[in-house]
Amino acid sequence: MTDFPNGPDAQFRQFLAEGRFMLQLCGACGRHVFAPRVLCKHCGSDRLDWVAASGRATVHAATVVRQKPEKGGDYLYALMDLAEGVRMISTVVGTPPDAVRIGDRLRAEIDDTPRVVFRKEGAA
Amino acid sequence: MSMDLRSKAAVAGVGLYGLGEAPGETHMEIMARAVKAALDDAGVALAEVDGLFTTNMNNLLAGPSVAEYLGIVPRVTDATNFGGSAFVAYLQSATMAIATGLCEVALICYGSNQRTASGKLHSPVEPQPYEAPYKPRNPITAYALATARHMHDFGTTRRDLAEVAVSMRDWAQLNPDAFLRDPLSVDEVLAARMVADPLSVRDCCLVTDGGGAVVLVSEARARTLRKAPVWVRGFGVAHTHKSIMEMPELTISPAAISGPLAFDMAGVTPKDIDIVELYDAFTINPILFMEDLGFCPKGQGGRFFTEGHSRPGGRLPVNTNGGGLSCTHPGMYGVFTIIEAVQQLRGEAGARQVSDCALALVHGNGGTLASQATGILGLER
Ligand SMILES: [Zn+2]
Repeated sequence: MTDFPNGPDAQFRQFLAEGRFMLQLCGACGRHVFAPRVLCKHCGSDRLDWVAASGRATVHAATVVRQKPEKGGDYLYALMDLAEGVRMISTVVGTPPDAVRIGDRLRAEIDDTPRVVFRKEGAA
Repeated sequence: MSMDLRSKAAVAGVGLYGLGEAPGETHMEIMARAVKAALDDAGVALAEVDGLFTTNMNNLLAGPSVAEYLGIVPRVTDATNFGGSAFVAYLQSATMAIATGLCEVALICYGSNQRTASGKLHSPVEPQPYEAPYKPRNPITAYALATARHMHDFGTTRRDLAEVAVSMRDWAQLNPDAFLRDPLSVDEVLAARMVADPLSVRDCCLVTDGGGAVVLVSEARARTLRKAPVWVRGFGVAHTHKSIMEMPELTISPAAISGPLAFDMAGVTPKDIDIVELYDAFTINPILFMEDLGFCPKGQGGRFFTEGHSRPGGRLPVNTNGGGLSCTHPGMYGVFTIIEAVQQLRGEAGARQVSDCALALVHGNGGTLASQATGILGLER
């Protein structure tokens, strides 16, 4: 039986479990893609290689989901512009949800989930 | 050279059933009663239906399920699930089927009992692995992101959004079938409970029961109808993404693609349109769609509503039934845009009738601003 490798989806998760935030870079057109996939969404090439994400991002759009305190309280749900030119849904830690604005500069980190989250540049 | 599909099909009949609450009835029963109403309106027998165009929130295999329930064996079935835009998108596939002779009588139909069955907007369970870790409340969180970005880029305000909700309610007050008919003010919308900033509960569509059906026929069959046919002058369908994360621009929906396709086919421009019926899942939708469909410049959608053009007596009435915000929203709203347009074009809209109404634009939205379908319906061929 052929030994198939994990697909990009499982690979992304495996990297996360190892504490690494990785993105796919197309060897044919030189653009990044996200979410992980088999074919480049820009040119159709299957030459997608994993590269370390810079972790630099800005807030593209954000919403505060309103929720009763007993259900966990309000939280931030946001779309980030990564420096690599792709967008990613995530949240911001270390800053109250109401204090996050479009254009805020961010740095990525990996939390205990593990998932990629962001922290405002300069925030503790 | 592609085939000219302009006015190769006509709406022969429309039917509604169970708008609001239809307790004790299944989605299929609600749908079938709307089908009966549409067939009676058209003067067409169920046995004549040889094309079926349907989807819903309940059946994975909607085509076979609906055909079985109705007892028909269609020559052509399209049960593509584009989300709520599907029924407007079916103007395309149904016209294709009719124009090529594959069928002569096409039935577009939908029904839902989601209000009395669960009381909640029913969303299909499909893993969203790159959104789920951050607790999305789809669809509202996606629309909230698009709204926030529109405000940031163009200065749109919560007051502009509220004006959209009030415009819909003003129309609903003229429609005996509308679910919410109490007067609504901008201040009430602004004071409503926030769900996902900048959207409050009054920026969100209703959750109702309801069914709708549309019968389309060939040009030859249209000549034999007792009522004047409403011609499918043009249509366009487009989708650019599924997740809001991969939407190319949050403030430009695929209506910017589907709209021009429909106008080109119909041979008309936005200036020629008398009424607009569009899918207002959230108050940002009409703002985006009026811009993307060419009725106002990008960024000016909020102003269009604030200036009152969309309201009763305005220069371009929008959602003359009250829309998904105030009339009905049984999970998928698209079919109701066609039904309201046909009633207006035929002069059957009662107290909410728009005078001199000959050309209508209908527009469906599906998913998180993902799939868009535009149709242009007219009394002249
Ligand atoms: Zn590429």
